[in-house]
Amino acid sequence: MATTTGTAQPEALGPEGQLGEGVRRRDFINIAAVAAAGVGGAATLVPLISQMAPSKDVLAESTTELDISAIEPGMAVKAVFRKQPVFVRNLTNAEIAAAEAVPVDSLRDPQSLRERTKEGHGSILVTMGVCTHLGCVPLGAGEGENKGEFGGYFCPCHGSHYDTAGRIRKGPAPANLEVPAYAFATDTTIVIGQESA
Amino acid sequence: MSFPWARHYEPKVPFMRYLDEKLPLPRLIYNAIGAGYPVPRNLNYFWNFGVLAGFCLVLQIVTGIVLAMHYAPNAGIAFASTEHIMRDVNWGWMLRYAHANGASMFFVVIYLHIFRGFFYGSYKAPREMVWLLGVVIFLLLMATGFLGYVLPWGQMSFWGAKVITGLFGAIPLVGEPIQIWLLGGYAPDNAALNRFFSLHYLLPFVIAGVVILHIWALHIPGSSNPTGVEVKSESDTVPFHPYYTAKDGFGLGVFLIIYFTLVFFLPNYLGHADNYIEANPLSTPAHIVPEWYFWPFYAILRAFTIDFILPAKLWGVLAMFSSILVWFFLPWLDKSPVRSGHYRPLFRKFFWFGLIPAMLVLFWCGGAPAEEPYVMFSQIATAYYFLHFLVILPILSWLERPEPLPFSITEAVLGEDNKAVLGENTTPAT
Repeated sequence: MATTTGTAQPEALGPEGQLGEGVRRRDFINIAAVAAAGVGGAATLVPLISQMAPSKDVLAESTTELDISAIEPGMAVKAVFRKQPVFVRNLTNAEIAAAEAVPVDSLRDPQSLRERTKEGHGSILVTMGVCTHLGCVPLGAGEGENKGEFGGYFCPCHGSHYDTAGRIRKGPAPANLEVPAYAFATDTTIVIGQESA
Repeated sequence: MSFPWARHYEPKVPFMRYLDEKLPLPRLIYNAIGAGYPVPRNLNYFWNFGVLAGFCLVLQIVTGIVLAMHYAPNAGIAFASTEHIMRDVNWGWMLRYAHANGASMFFVVIYLHIFRGFFYGSYKAPREMVWLLGVVIFLLLMATGFLGYVLPWGQMSFWGAKVITGLFGAIPLVGEPIQIWLLGGYAPDNAALNRFFSLHYLLPFVIAGVVILHIWALHIPGSSNPTGVEVKSESDTVPFHPYYTAKDGFGLGVFLIIYFTLVFFLPNYLGHADNYIEANPLSTPAHIVPEWYFWPFYAILRAFTIDFILPAKLWGVLAMFSSILVWFFLPWLDKSPVRSGHYRPLFRKFFWFGLIPAMLVLFWCGGAPAEEPYVMFSQIATAYYFLHFLVILPILSWLERPEPLPFSITEAVLGEDNKAVLGENTTPAT
């Protein structure tokens, strides 16, 4: 504060109003008050910012349980996980062979089919139905939909082609379709959204 | 405008000099609430409530905008979305309690601010415009408070909306069509709730606009003070910053302690349990009262029970609105040249033993059931209320012999004004 001159100093503090070592009581009160107001003001930002994060009812929908027993080889289903589509595909032997035949090193996002499935359930491919380019829903999970040049998924927005393992093979998308965290609760049920059942 | 000795803004760094040339916003702030605004040196704590009211407005706008991110103004889900805020939204319970109790604290602050004006004659020339704009703000504030109370769509919300819009139904001939038009239906429903939400979001910004005019109008003559004697020389004033920023900061600290005691320990103390029951158009709560800050006016509304030329219902509505509209005429009803109640012995008696008890009785009766003896008490208090403004104040103006005023603020504070003795303060006393 620039205007502390011209007013009486408390007499108990001596002629200079010193609290020893050149610190005036007024400076101390000023710094303490501004610091308390600053910290208090900053603390109010916590609820104001935090209220925009997902609320408890949204978080309660953070896992999706799915019965996969009815998915025949060659078929896929669409499920909803956190308000986004998930594709669960039961691969045929031919599709598995096609995916394993591709040299992993030649891929844009190198990953083998084995890395994208769970041990003991090598034919079940669970991926998000969200194109890694700009978030459209690729075609290929539904009956009669365009599966693209590599027999997996095809995104109609900007022409990204995914293969039978959901890996990006052609088009603008930078990465493979995301495999969400999921686990087998039983042999025929998966829980999407958590790593272990 | 300002006093000739007001400090001038001097930007210190090159960027602030550049900004001052292009958009002198820091200069505006400096002259409004900074060191560039000279304020009487003798303000007491009643002068804190203007800044506190401004703080309340900001508080309500911030918490309100945040609540509107989660609230759904639809009669089907409004009540559920309020519970969603209370249970699911991060910190939602605190934000809603802060907003609901913030409204109550806003009215506490505004009532004290108004009563400061009543006692110290702040409404008198040259500050009539400040006062008139203040009454407009108060009316807008009441409308906003009422609209906001409807939004949770509980029982009190619904029946409050029904009763208040019913006031318009008392207008002869056009009353009922107006009421139906206001509600967009025959009873409060989705149409009413939606427009109430829209207006509840709009009005605070209208209030903010009128507040700017209120402060602008205040800065032309400058702040009044407890002696009511106008500023004469530099020794009568101190710069707003740091003197009154510090004093207002202290006041704000006391305010926040009381406010957060309510928010955290008594969040529903000022509310009604019935509002946690969803709106039911087929069942009126047994004891229906508005929020506490409307009680005095609600008591005036209910004080009229006999048809006299006009129906009693219409008398009640007219009296209720007149009880605030009479404030608009206050600068011309109280003609006493002495501003402050400190120097007006008769005015002081009528203020402390007339107006204040009458208002307290009205407060008490407004929250009580509409039965005897409360109706009789509110009738007596209502009669005094109007008598005070319309008859007693004008008569006091010429009957009363005021006590001698100090020559200047400096003399009132220090007991002497040396410059005045030297003849340096030549402005005549007001």
